[in-house]
Amino acid sequence: MNKLIQNEMLKLMAKKRLVVIALIIGVLVILFTYAQYKQVQTQREKLGTSDWRTMVQQQIVDTTNRLSSSRLSDEWKKQLQITLQQQQYYLDHDINPAEPGAPTFMRIFLENSIDLFIPLMVMVIASDLVSSEHSLGTVKLLLTRPVKRWKVLLSKYITLCLAVSLIIAIAGILSYVISGIVFGYKGFGTPILTGFNVTDEGLNTSQVKLLSLWKFLLMDFGLVWFVAIVVGTLSFMLSVLIRSTAAGMGVMLAALISGAILNNMVSSWESAKYFFMVNLRLTDYMKGMAPPIKGMDLSFSMGVLLVWWAAALMVSFIVFTKKDVY
Amino acid sequence: MEKNITLSVKDLKKVIGRRVIIKGLTFDLREGEVFGFLGPNGAGKTTTIRMLVGLIKPTSGSIHICGYNIEEDFQGALKNLGCIVENPELYPYLSGYNNLLHFARMLEGVGEERIKEVTELVGLTERIHDKVKTYSLGMRQRLGIAQALLGNPKVLILDEPTNGLDPAGIREMREFIRFLAEHEGLSVLVSSHLLSEIQLLCDRVAIIVKGTIIRTDTVENLLSNREKMVWRLEPLEKGKQILSLVTRIEEKDDGTIWTEFNKQQTPEWNKRLVEEGVSVIEMKCKMPVLEDLFLELTGGDSIE
Repeated sequence: MNKLIQNEMLKLMAKKRLVVIALIIGVLVILFTYAQYKQVQTQREKLGTSDWRTMVQQQIVDTTNRLSSSRLSDEWKKQLQITLQQQQYYLDHDINPAEPGAPTFMRIFLENSIDLFIPLMVMVIASDLVSSEHSLGTVKLLLTRPVKRWKVLLSKYITLCLAVSLIIAIAGILSYVISGIVFGYKGFGTPILTGFNVTDEGLNTSQVKLLSLWKFLLMDFGLVWFVAIVVGTLSFMLSVLIRSTAAGMGVMLAALISGAILNNMVSSWESAKYFFMVNLRLTDYMKGMAPPIKGMDLSFSMGVLLVWWAAALMVSFIVFTKKDVY
Repeated sequence: MEKNITLSVKDLKKVIGRRVIIKGLTFDLREGEVFGFLGPNGAGKTTTIRMLVGLIKPTSGSIHICGYNIEEDFQGALKNLGCIVENPELYPYLSGYNNLLHFARMLEGVGEERIKEVTELVGLTERIHDKVKTYSLGMRQRLGIAQALLGNPKVLILDEPTNGLDPAGIREMREFIRFLAEHEGLSVLVSSHLLSEIQLLCDRVAIIVKGTIIRTDTVENLLSNREKMVWRLEPLEKGKQILSLVTRIEEKDDGTIWTEFNKQQTPEWNKRLVEEGVSVIEMKCKMPVLEDLFLELTGGDSIE
């Protein structure tokens, strides 16, 4: 088995996909760092102060103003109210929600890349793991060795998991190192609030507790990894089912993008919550944001993803071991 | 004494949807022989070969490689098999060496020593560390063979091994295959749609048409008495007259006369022609073309 995984790694490295992914992440992190830096600057200029309390107060005023507008939809209003309550809580407890620093940037970067960017990177690797063997024709050599088919596929899957972990590590390291140049490398001990519960009555703060940022980050990383593995497994399945890499990628891309769009408009279509793509923003639950559909929470979303993951893995293995290869 | 049977196929069938693609094939391969699989395109050669190497599951029938049933003991059976199915498709972005390393890792007890050995055997030592995408077709073909030989197989299956090679490459490949069979004792199964190739390469041939083997025999038995004699004579009319007295003749548009070929009688005819004052400008023995052979064997049934 070890040798098979070595083989897959050899091919993965020779294709230089990981280098490309690292480059993409690097470029994006630089972009985002600059954008964040600009944002902080304009905010300071606008308020004429660098005091974060004034900024949060200003945000609260902004949010209240928007709430008073009569043309807001109910969902949007609820969301704003929750944000307002949260901001008030930060102010009351003297906690800076956006303490600048590389760790905070890392957190924001992770939270924003969980539903599209990281899955996209994972897809680049997962979607051609099996289908490329078909398009090259090498599958005929691969499957005529004295090795059972499920072992061949398992070695590919393990390689995928390793690659996913590597991608997330790369994303973490690059976002920390690059943004640190601008924002400084300190801030792992910053307290951050978590445990908000969105209930029917609004924000439930009874379970809110303070966490050091590094603990919070660890949880974020765990969630991102989980999402990446699920998305990776789904692309992997498509790679087994569809021989063309491009078609597999297209299907997965469409699913991911539709998830991002659906998130904004499915609040009244309740059964949509069983789609995997509306359940990808796991880190939002940590921040206490209202879920896109009522009744969704962290354990529900993880459960849904887990079911999709298991199904995809099962389909992959059954099809791969049974299929006739032409 | 009969040599050991290394590959045994019994009543092999494949049904896809409602179409019966392979309609019950039975044949054996013996140690040290080159066995030809001859048939027109679409006869089911490749489908059969894919079943032999485990890429396609047979609908019914059995395949034994060195005594191991391919469906019950896949690993045992495939250990004794090396193959190239269609073109030798290797990883273009890896070097030849890494390709071999890749496939060696999938075999038990095959190390760098053996990789070096097969590299030398196919004569690729100089270019083995270059990327495969820089290789010529002939080199890829040789690397494919090296890959197939890695595990010291008893049975080698080659699907259209000379496809796309230039005449020198074809000759080289042919000699190499004969060498493997005669000196290494391998059983080699070669498929082809070219009669001339099979004739030069194989000991025995199975002719497959529309998913059925219509004849299995040695090359000599299959082709003897089917050769034709082509004569170019001067003067033509007189020659024709003489020949038509002794055998059935066929006059062709290009001014040649075709008769049957017969080891004993043909020299006699020649002698007689010369004695009668007809100069024999050319006389050659000609192989029947595949289509003619099929027509003869199938009794006029078209080959699609």
